[in-house]
Amino acid sequence: METSNATPPTLSIRDLRVWFELRRWGFGHVGDVRAVDGISFEIRPGEAAAVVGESGCGKSSLMKTILGLYKPRTGSVYFSGEDIHAQGRKSIHAYRANVGYVQQDPFAALPAFMNVWQILEEPLIIAGGHNKANRQDRIRQVLEEVKIHPIEDFLPKYPHMLSGGQLQRIVIARAMILKPRVIIADEPVSMLDASVRVEILRLLRGLQQSHNLSFIYITHDLSTVKYFSEYIFVMYAGKLVEKAPIGRMLRNSSHPYTQALLSATSDPEAMNARVYKEVPSGEPPSLVNPPPGCRFHPRCSKCIHGLCDVQDPPEIHLTPQHQVACWLYSQR
Amino acid sequence: MNNFFHELRKYPSVIASLILISFLIGVSIYAITTIPYEEAKRLWRGGEEIWYTNPRQAAPEWINWFSKNKQAVSFSLRTTNPGVSRTILTEENGNSEIIFSIPFDYQYDSFPQELMIYFSSTFTAKQPYADVTLITPDGREIHLNNFALINRQTYRLSQDDRLTRWLRNDNVLQALFRDPQVETPTPLKGSYSVVISAYTFEANSTVDVELVMHGTLAGWAGTDHLRRDLSVALLWGTPIALAFGLLAALGTTFTTMVIAAIGAWYRGWLDELIQRVTEINLVLPFLPLLLMIGTFHSRSIWVILGATILLNIFGGAIKTNRAIFLQIKESPYIEAARVYNASDIRIILRYLTPRLIPTLIPQLVTLIPTYVFIEASLAVLGLGDPELPTWGKVINDAFVNSAPYQGLYYWMLEPAVMLIITSLAFAMLGFSLDRIFNPRLRQI
Ligand SMILES: Nc1ncnc2c1ncn2[C@@H]1O[C@H](COP(=O)(O)OP(=O)(O)OP(=O)(O)O)[C@@H](O)[C@H]1O
Ligand SMILES: [Mg+2]
Repeated sequence: METSNATPPTLSIRDLRVWFELRRWGFGHVGDVRAVDGISFEIRPGEAAAVVGESGCGKSSLMKTILGLYKPRTGSVYFSGEDIHAQGRKSIHAYRANVGYVQQDPFAALPAFMNVWQILEEPLIIAGGHNKANRQDRIRQVLEEVKIHPIEDFLPKYPHMLSGGQLQRIVIARAMILKPRVIIADEPVSMLDASVRVEILRLLRGLQQSHNLSFIYITHDLSTVKYFSEYIFVMYAGKLVEKAPIGRMLRNSSHPYTQALLSATSDPEAMNARVYKEVPSGEPPSLVNPPPGCRFHPRCSKCIHGLCDVQDPPEIHLTPQHQVACWLYSQR
Repeated sequence: MNNFFHELRKYPSVIASLILISFLIGVSIYAITTIPYEEAKRLWRGGEEIWYTNPRQAAPEWINWFSKNKQAVSFSLRTTNPGVSRTILTEENGNSEIIFSIPFDYQYDSFPQELMIYFSSTFTAKQPYADVTLITPDGREIHLNNFALINRQTYRLSQDDRLTRWLRNDNVLQALFRDPQVETPTPLKGSYSVVISAYTFEANSTVDVELVMHGTLAGWAGTDHLRRDLSVALLWGTPIALAFGLLAALGTTFTTMVIAAIGAWYRGWLDELIQRVTEINLVLPFLPLLLMIGTFHSRSIWVILGATILLNIFGGAIKTNRAIFLQIKESPYIEAARVYNASDIRIILRYLTPRLIPTLIPQLVTLIPTYVFIEASLAVLGLGDPELPTWGKVINDAFVNSAPYQGLYYWMLEPAVMLIITSLAFAMLGFSLDRIFNPRLRQI
C-alpha cells in the first residue's frame, strides 16, 4: 500500500493505541481497556476504506481518535503529513475543519432543539468567514447535494419532524458543509430501514467520488461494503488483522478470521446479511486482558500451538497492497 | 406550538392555575398603574394626616354581605363629592355666608364610632365662624356646636363635652343616631345631613369642610392598627411577591444550570470544587442565615433577594443537573459539535443547557411560590423590607397586634389567602407542565 501510489496520503495513522483506564472508586488503576491497540494505515485522496469488525472490537474508539476526540496513548494521526496533536488545540482545530463526521444514529446526532437551518448554519458560523448570504448559499448547495428537496420546506423543520433517511441526509449535509477532505462515517446506515440504506450508501459514494474525498467507512455489516471502498480493513479486538483492496479481499482473503467472516455469507452482497451471523463460534476476547500472542488464536481452527498463543503475529505483505497479521504466512 | 396549546387543554389544572395566575398578574398591573410606587409608599408609610379618614382596625365592607346585622361603613365626603352642596351668599361689606349641606344615607344596624368635620380656612385677621347642625331622617334639627375657625381644625363629635352634657349621654353618636321611639338603642335609618353655616368677614377669606364618618367597617380590605387601608398592601404586595419569586427562581435556576453544565463539561478540579461548595452549602441552614443577614446587615428587599439567590445557587439542583449533563455530554450531537470546532462555552450554552429546559421550566415554576414564601416568612418574622407594603408585613402587624385574639381574622386571612392563591397557582402549573414536558411521568 505504501508504495502503490505516488500521491501523498491525506490521512495516515501510525501505531495508534487507545486505552481507557479502568479505575476503582474513581482512582486506583485496575487495568486498561485496550480498545485500539497498535493500528496503522494510510488513505489517499479519492480513496475509501471500510473498517469491518464485530461489535465492541474498537471501531468507534478508532474513529473518535482519528477525529481527535480521544487522545491516543501512543502513536498519532497525521493529516497531510502533520501530526494533528503537534500544536495542541490549534492544530486539531485546523485539522477538524477538513474532516466531516457522519454518525451512526441520526436520531441522536442532531440537536433536537435546532431546526435544519440552525443545524447547518452552526458549523459555518463557528468556522467564520461567511456572511449571512454566503451561509445561505452554502446551505442550499449542500442540501441539493444530499438530495433534500424542496429545500424551503426542510429549513424550518426540527429533527423530530423528519424520517430516519432524511435525518441521515441532514447529518451528511452537516458533515459536508465545510467542504472537508476527509469523511469519517461510523456505521452510517445501521440504524436505518433496509429500504433507505442503499440510497444513503450510494449518496455517500457519489459524494466521495465527486469531491475526491478520503473516506473511512465503518461497519459490522460486510454486505454493505461493496457500495464503497477501494480497501477493506478487517479489525479484531483492537487490531487490524488484514488490509487489502476489495476485489482481492473477496477472492483471496488470507486471515482465518476474514475467511470465516466471508465464508459464513454465501452471498456477501446480500443486503441483510449481518456479521453477527457470520462470525466463527466463541466469544471475542476481553480487551482488558487480551489473550497472549494472536488475539484470534482461541477461536482459530488453524492455530499453531506454541507460536500463535505465545507471540504476536508480524504484519506480512502478501502483495504491496495486501497485508495480513498471521503466523500462517510467515514461512512462505 | 399549536399542539402545545391543544395539549394544555387536556389538563384542567393548567386552566385553573392559568386563571389564578392571570388574576395575580391583573392585580399587579392594576396596582402598579393605579397606585404609582411613590404613592403606594406614601399611603403605606404616610402618617395620621393620610390615614385620618379610616377608623382603626376596621373590618372590610364585604363582611356585611354575610351578616343580617349591617355594620356601619366608613366614608368621607368633601365639597367636591356629588350631592354635597355649597352655597355662597355675599353681603356688601365683604362678609359672606357659606352654607354647606352634606347629606348621607345611613342604613346600618350599628352606631358609627365617630363623626368628624375637618375645617380648612384662610383669612388674614378676622377668623371665620362656623355653625354645625345635624338633620336626622325624621326631621329633627340638632344644633351641634359653633366656633371660630383657625386654619385647620377638626371637630370630633364624640369629644364634644358640651354635647355630652346636653344629650345626657357619654356616647354622643349613639344619642344622635338612635331612634327616639325605640327603648333599646337602635340606629334610626335614613337620610341624614350635616349643615354647616360658615361666615367669613374678609373678601379673600375661604372655608372648606370635609365630613368623615368612622364606622366599624372600611374599604374592601379593612384597616390596621394605624388606620392604614390594607388594600394598599394587598394590591402592592402582589407585584412585589411575584417579582421576588420570579427573580429568585430565574436567578437560581439558570445560574445553577450553567454552573452544573460547566462542572460536568470540564470535570477535574473545577467540578470537584463545585461539588464540595454545593455540599457545604447544602448543610448550611438557609433560613437562619437569611435571618442573620436581615437582622445584622440589611432588610432591603434587594439584599434579601441577592442573598436568597446566592444561597440557593449551590443547591441540590446542581447535583441533579450535573447528572443529566454528564449523560448528555456524551451525546452524538455534542461529539459532532466538537468535530466542527464548537468552543466549550458554545457547547455549554448552545448545546448542553437547552436540553435541560424541558425539565427546568416546571422546576422554575414550582420554585416561584417557594421564594414568595421565603420573602413572606422573613416579613412575618419582622424582617420585611422597611419601605414596601407586603403581605408578610401585614401578617406580622396582625400578629404583633394580636389580631386573632381580638377576632380580627380578616387582618391575617386576607394576606394569607393571597399567599395561598400564589402558591397554589404556581404549584399546580408547575406540576402540570412537568407532566406535559416529561410525559413518562404521566402513567405514575
Ligand atoms: N469512553 C470509554 N471509556 C471506557 N471504555 C470505553 C469507552 N469507549 C469505549 N470503551 C470500550 O472500548 C471497547 C470498544 O468500544 P467501541 O465503541 O470502540 O466498539 P465498536 O467496535 O464501535 O462497537 P459497536 O460496533 O458496538 O459500535 C468496548 O469494550 C467499550 O466498552
Ligand atoms: Mg461503534
